[in-house]
Amino acid sequence: MSALVRFFQSTILSKVVMAGTGLVLVLFLLGHMIGNLQMHIGQEKMNVYAETLQHLGGVLWIIRSGLLLFLVLHIIASIRLKALNLSARPEAYAFKNTVKATLASRTMIWTGVMIALFLTYHLLHFTIKATNPQFGGLVDAVGRHDVYSMVVLGYQNVLISIVYIAAMVLLGYHLIHAIESMFQTLGINHPKYNSFIHRLSVTLSLVIVIGFISIPVGVLFGWIALPAGVVAL
Amino acid sequence: MKLKLHIWRQKHAQDKGKMVTYEVDGIIEDMSFLEMLDVLNEKLIVNGEEPVAFDHDCREGICGACSLTINGIPHGFEKETTICQLHMRHFKDGDTIYIEPWRARAFPVIKDLVVDRAAFDRIMQAGGFVSAHTGGVPDANATPISKIDADKAMDYAACIGCGACVAACKNASAMLFVAAKVSQYAYLPQGQPERKKRVLNMVAQMDAEGFGGCTNQYECEAVCPKGISVAAIALMNRDFLKASLTDAS
Repeated sequence: MSALVRFFQSTILSKVVMAGTGLVLVLFLLGHMIGNLQMHIGQEKMNVYAETLQHLGGVLWIIRSGLLLFLVLHIIASIRLKALNLSARPEAYAFKNTVKATLASRTMIWTGVMIALFLTYHLLHFTIKATNPQFGGLVDAVGRHDVYSMVVLGYQNVLISIVYIAAMVLLGYHLIHAIESMFQTLGINHPKYNSFIHRLSVTLSLVIVIGFISIPVGVLFGWIALPAGVVAL
Repeated sequence: MKLKLHIWRQKHAQDKGKMVTYEVDGIIEDMSFLEMLDVLNEKLIVNGEEPVAFDHDCREGICGACSLTINGIPHGFEKETTICQLHMRHFKDGDTIYIEPWRARAFPVIKDLVVDRAAFDRIMQAGGFVSAHTGGVPDANATPISKIDADKAMDYAACIGCGACVAACKNASAMLFVAAKVSQYAYLPQGQPERKKRVLNMVAQMDAEGFGGCTNQYECEAVCPKGISVAAIALMNRDFLKASLTDAS
């Protein structure tokens, strides 16, 4: 316990918590995005994938609890650092100016808050199925939970699609600063690798965002269509 | 050259302070920024007003005393330049300039544009040194150091401790200063025996002084008059992490 307390006492260790938990969350996003891309392959593939995840049983709950723990630690550390950072400058400058701080870096707390709000909605929508319960109970031809149709029906609502697309753009903004920062915080900074780290940060953010966005966009443009027999409500 | 100046005036540490507007005329482009303030102060003295207090010493960019934020940028907008070395030729007739002190909880204002930077001294006292035997001078080449390492140590040792990094950081973080002081010894054999203790103690003192944390925006590096690289911060993070995990005491 004392080690954990010490972790949160120093600003650097709080930042290491931010970076470490952030790394796990980025890897999760990448995996989640790759899994979701199976929406482009079709109903069969997607539903089998979803069923495989569901059949993990206890393991699924261990993964979920782990992710929740990392997310909570990420948020706690960010709130603690934000409070500390605000108190470090009680009197603001009359003339505010910056030389090279990017917009993404200056809005991390806000993109973070927006992502947390979106995540709540996303879980209510597709995991708990509270916001669109009428699509939650669908089954496909062989009796599997029809995740594919649930997602298509969800995204056919333009408003829902816009919310998802906008949230992913904000996520990308968050990641573009986050991934590069992660390296610096963990002490990885070397003239030989810095430009690679920058390119990796931008590329990974774009891949994650475009990957996720391709699904609502695919549904809106009709590339990802409802299977025969399922009708839009 | 005629200028409109908005300057932070604060009678003493407990005073609330406010921005006051002054007009100053007869500024020559070869004057330094501090000489421009000297002109203003002479005018204020003649008028029976209190001159503007600001820190300055060598006026040749090496002492780290001068500390003014010009239009929101510590030491002004010229790259790797202290405010004493910023010349009025970079301004135009009729310009409006905002002049403020360093802003940080750990750097309380003493008067007008002068802040108390003793927090930096206390961080140095916590570990910014190497312990060495006094007595006879050691042989010149008894401890071999590679040119590359010597240069790196020297790049970090170039820090003049002015505090512009703190002033520029939106979190008033002192990470670049502390990192420079940690890193200058990290490349030298003389710095190795106390390496872990140094980084742990200096970081603890930095946190105790009430500086904020680093959010990797690198404003510090951008305003540093000595061009200290944020690579120092990564090195300090690395050393701190290593020391936290392995320091036995």
